[in-house]
Amino acid sequence: MSGTLASALAEATIRTATPLFLAASGELLVERAGLINIGLEGVILGGAFGALVGATHGGNAFGYATGAAAGILIMLVFAAATLGMGADQIITGTAITLLALGATGTLYRTLYGASGAALSIQTSTPLAIPLLARLPVVGVALFAQPAVTYFAYAVVPLTWWWFKKTHAGLALRAIGENPAAAIAAGIPVRRYRLVATIVAGALGGIAGSVLVLAQAGTFVEGMSAGRGFIAIAIVVLGRWKPIGVGLAALLFAATTSLQYLAQATGFDIPYQLVLALPYVLTLAALAGIGGRATPPATLARIE
Amino acid sequence: MLGGVVVLIPILLAALGFDAEAGMLALFRGSLGSSYAIASGTLVRATPVILTGLSVALAFRAGVFNIGAEGQLLAGAAAAAGISLIPGVGSSYASSWIALLAGACAGGAWAGIAALLRARFRVLEVISTILLNFVALDLVGYLVRGPLQESQHIYPQSATIAMAARLPRILPASRLHAGFGIAIAAASVAWWILRFTAAGFRLRAVGANPDAAQVAGEIDVVRTTSRAFILSGAIAGLAGAIELTGVTFALYENISPGYGYTGIAVALLARLDPLAVVASGMLFGALEAGASAMQRDAGVPSVVVSIVEAMIILGLIVAWPLEVGAASKPSEGVAPSESREPELNT
Repeated sequence: MSGTLASALAEATIRTATPLFLAASGELLVERAGLINIGLEGVILGGAFGALVGATHGGNAFGYATGAAAGILIMLVFAAATLGMGADQIITGTAITLLALGATGTLYRTLYGASGAALSIQTSTPLAIPLLARLPVVGVALFAQPAVTYFAYAVVPLTWWWFKKTHAGLALRAIGENPAAAIAAGIPVRRYRLVATIVAGALGGIAGSVLVLAQAGTFVEGMSAGRGFIAIAIVVLGRWKPIGVGLAALLFAATTSLQYLAQATGFDIPYQLVLALPYVLTLAALAGIGGRATPPATLARIE
Repeated sequence: MLGGVVVLIPILLAALGFDAEAGMLALFRGSLGSSYAIASGTLVRATPVILTGLSVALAFRAGVFNIGAEGQLLAGAAAAAGISLIPGVGSSYASSWIALLAGACAGGAWAGIAALLRARFRVLEVISTILLNFVALDLVGYLVRGPLQESQHIYPQSATIAMAARLPRILPASRLHAGFGIAIAAASVAWWILRFTAAGFRLRAVGANPDAAQVAGEIDVVRTTSRAFILSGAIAGLAGAIELTGVTFALYENISPGYGYTGIAVALLARLDPLAVVASGMLFGALEAGASAMQRDAGVPSVVVSIVEAMIILGLIVAWPLEVGAASKPSEGVAPSESREPELNT
């Protein structure tokens, strides 16, 4: 394997992994609090659109803020229905994805013309980290990235640290393990769950912003392209552990980047089948851990 | 409910800055404005969503969160195309029936993967069926660029199936095809099975309370849910086969504009009742047929319908909670999935 190919693979891996680190870490928070948000796909999509609107008005930094805000807004709909009114989470999640798909599609055409002419945004400039960016092969791929990528790198260990070392992290885990006991211990369960959904909304929204502001440079209807669903699978694959989730995201991203390898080496594998590979491998991995995994804390049954 | 939708849409249109009156007129013309609009618009669009709605309703009744009707529909459409394009099969007398059977089997098999993963490896079906939706889409993408591509090898779609392989039209001077009748029949049979047969009772019992069904009813929970899951997939697969042999006549990637997801809204609006699915499917069929006219005649993006569907789902699930699926409520943090998992008595 030549050096250029290896660095292209590394670059593609990071490109795929960045939004997944963010979105999956957010989903992890929510699930450890005892909720499952199938609507993450809609949160990412809403974030992408919010980022577009913000960036066209106030530049990229503002775009990330509006992207995060859009993600939070969608998660507040989820929270209002599930936490506020006790609605079924899976159905609510499905509905908010549909809602985001319809709202972003309609608003995009309303705000930017019926044709949806390709709107171009200057993507965030990479910031090379001294020394690290000079590493052979992977240096540029990993360490000459926009600032948001470093944020995504940081979110994974930060989540780990937060769960492990802070009082609030412990409380959140307790809520997922045993809400009745958490209530008895005086932990405000509903408030924790609400905050978890808000943080997850922000992270999902930033994940969507990455797609627009750091990668595509434009918005396309439905551009989240399943990343939200993948992030949910990644949380399971990572066995509901922050570092595991980070590794699972990397693994999925690396598998995805194999399509470039197939192209580059001229292997005669049909492209679409290579595209399906990450999904198939995720399913296989879920089956592999399914039987053996200790029941995840969030999904622990209360007898 | 219908009244709610009729009030909701113009408010939504006005809020988004569209001409609400022109939009509503186009919506009406495209869905109910003429006998042609009813037959070729509403009922043709209702056919696949009645079936996916039925698919979702049966699965949810059994406590199976099958979000994968979309992928199962695609599997069904692909199988129907594949078998109809085999020389000899596609021109025989019974070819459309063979195609429908193949579609149902493919949809059932596609759901069967998720059913197996759930029963054997405890993989949440919500996740596995969504992943399988993507795999199905990629698979169709591969088929229409590979083995099933039309003979010119230019367009990413299959060849058109022979006249003999197409479903017969059931109303002169319209596009309404026999698939509509099949959808009604399927809903009626499902209603009868649920209501009057032992299998239907087991399905309902398992969905309502798997533990009680296992302990008090001595029902094999895993077998019952797996069967319901596969049946649900078979119905979605049938929807795909009917869409292919009745409407599109060729396989391509965008053959379904989200019929599988619309099916969830259809099923919920019908309160998971198979007969009510027919009515709610027709409502959504009218909505989607009208939305196409709205985009064409009034410049309102048809994707507005997704907002309406989402609002219907949210409104219903809040105002009128379902008994099944109650397990995934946040109260007391009972596991969304674990509590639906059957107890495996060894």
